[in-house]
Amino acid sequence: MSGAQQAASWPDAAGRYGEFGGRYVAETLMAPLLELERGFASAMADPAFMEEVRRYLREHVGRPTTLTVAENLTRHLGGATIVLKREDLCHTGAHKINNTLGQCLLARRMGKRRIIAETGAGQHGVATATAAALLGFPCRVFMGRLDCERQAINVLRMKVLGAEVVPVDSGSRTLKDAINEAMRTWAAEVDDTFYCFGSAAGPHPYPWIVRTFQSVIGEEARAQCLERFGRLPEQVVACVGGGSNAIGLFHAFVPDAGVGLVGVEAGGHGIASLQHAATISAGSVGVLHGSRSYVLQDAWGQIQEAHSISAGLDYPGVGPEHAWLASTGRASYVSVDDEEALEAFHLVARTEGILTALETAHAFAHAIRLAPTLPKEALVLVGSSGRGDKDLNTIAARMEREA
Amino acid sequence: MSEHINRMDSMFQRVQSCQERALVTFLSAGDPTPAATLPLLIALAEGGADLIELGVPFSDPVADGPVIQRASQRALAAGATLGTTLEAVRAFRAAGFETPLILFGYLNPFLAYGVERLVDDAAAAGVDGFLVVDLPLEEGASWRAAASARGLHTILLVSPTTSAERAAEIGAAASGFLYYVALKGVTGSQVADFDTVGQAASAVRAASKAPVCVGFGVRTPADARALARYVEGVVVGSALVEAVEAEGEGATETVRRVVSGLKEALRDV
Repeated sequence: MSGAQQAASWPDAAGRYGEFGGRYVAETLMAPLLELERGFASAMADPAFMEEVRRYLREHVGRPTTLTVAENLTRHLGGATIVLKREDLCHTGAHKINNTLGQCLLARRMGKRRIIAETGAGQHGVATATAAALLGFPCRVFMGRLDCERQAINVLRMKVLGAEVVPVDSGSRTLKDAINEAMRTWAAEVDDTFYCFGSAAGPHPYPWIVRTFQSVIGEEARAQCLERFGRLPEQVVACVGGGSNAIGLFHAFVPDAGVGLVGVEAGGHGIASLQHAATISAGSVGVLHGSRSYVLQDAWGQIQEAHSISAGLDYPGVGPEHAWLASTGRASYVSVDDEEALEAFHLVARTEGILTALETAHAFAHAIRLAPTLPKEALVLVGSSGRGDKDLNTIAARMEREA
Repeated sequence: MSEHINRMDSMFQRVQSCQERALVTFLSAGDPTPAATLPLLIALAEGGADLIELGVPFSDPVADGPVIQRASQRALAAGATLGTTLEAVRAFRAAGFETPLILFGYLNPFLAYGVERLVDDAAAAGVDGFLVVDLPLEEGASWRAAASARGLHTILLVSPTTSAERAAEIGAAASGFLYYVALKGVTGSQVADFDTVGQAASAVRAASKAPVCVGFGVRTPADARALARYVEGVVVGSALVEAVEAEGEGATETVRRVVSGLKEALRDV
């Protein structure tokens, strides 16, 4: 089997991507994870289910999302043509809804009656609350107390959508602790509760499920590039926290050996400061939240807190498929720090009229580095994963400080 | 497997031969400080604990309820590590105590230490086995082989969600004892009915080649007594950790008294 074919067929039966992935969970969670794996495999084999997912994506999310040639930004940089896959135009403002609608439809097919989810910045929480409202599920979202304070508008959005937001006071009171608490709750309520996991991380089968529901991004983008330009991009660039939008964009391109894949991690205050979320670039192999992958940890294996100006990248782990793509060299991973992401945020706003999410700004920042080094004929495809209205408070605080 | 007779195996033989049940006790290493661990281990042993689960603190204890989460955080804040935990075990053995002891923890700190190095150092320190919460049957084959090569048991768990077929597979691989989790959810939660739990544990026991102990939600001598006729042992954790939370380093007398009361309930079964 060629590397590319193998890539398309991962994970294996044990939920592994090479040496990464797996299912490192307490015994109480094994039965629900095995049930979920069976339920998902059965749904994938059912053409009616997949058609239903496609219908919801068409009618409720607004898919396919458009491909935008960033003409002004391209001219400004004077190199490769920058092309954007516009997930920021999805209903709720980011790619997260692709996955939450898929998982909530799966929950309905599996006969579950309640939805729980974790959220960091609140984007996955809002997308889950949206899908749950649409499909008639009661929904509880676990969110670190600190994140609730930092992202008050998203807490309000979830509440308006009918979800209960549960502030989490354990640990560092951020995303990783929200995941811990959601897993604890799931263990206690496994019979009728579906855990809608938001990232391409966690125990098998979640990385597989999330990639499957997000891979529509890359499938559309690949076809749109061929239709519009008659060829594939030279480079595909996406930001990586847990890695759901990046794996969704990359997956269709993995067999295309001529297409470079670049994941952009959050460099925070800089790798040297140790205050960052650059898990692949600066972390080491470990086990967190049920999966073997790269993690930020100290010498004794304690998980360290991540830092990024973008709450959505602020996670000390990363999806196992990214770890595998990095270890085989099929994708490369770089980091962009807070300042460079902010510069990109402003440049994209002024040149293209797009208020991009701070997460997405990391991908733009790398594309801005890359484009001038490439010939004009080259295409750089950027995953425009979300819109930035949610980040205006952060931006306002910065502008005030600098004024 | 080494020739060394594991302390745990001799203990289960002894309690069974005298109509007792094993009292398995949990405390978090390094809580509230690394220096407090040795006196607390001695209090457990002198109170009559038959087996000690010593929790290795972890930043993300996903299977634990609030009581043990807080213990883990206190320990980490006080500088506890797997290194200080092994040091406490060495000191406990050097003080002459032979109560069987296992390290109870999450996989990542063990991986960071290195599995081969850990089984060597743990065996040398006087550890008798491991319970790795997030290492289910499927993921643990190489771990179990490494531990067993040093004469150390790897304790497996069965939960109320485990299917009968799976429980039989786990029972066939059981080593030391099989830990039956009394409830869905996390440590320290409420158990509704100990007879129902005991009957479920009996079914698991029928398919296990190792003794069965029940834990999660067992707090009082009455709880322990209610389970005693169904299984070989009971595990008490959060109730003891609460004493340490309340009294800090001075909790040794309370721990000794609570353990003694629990053990009394497990005699003449």
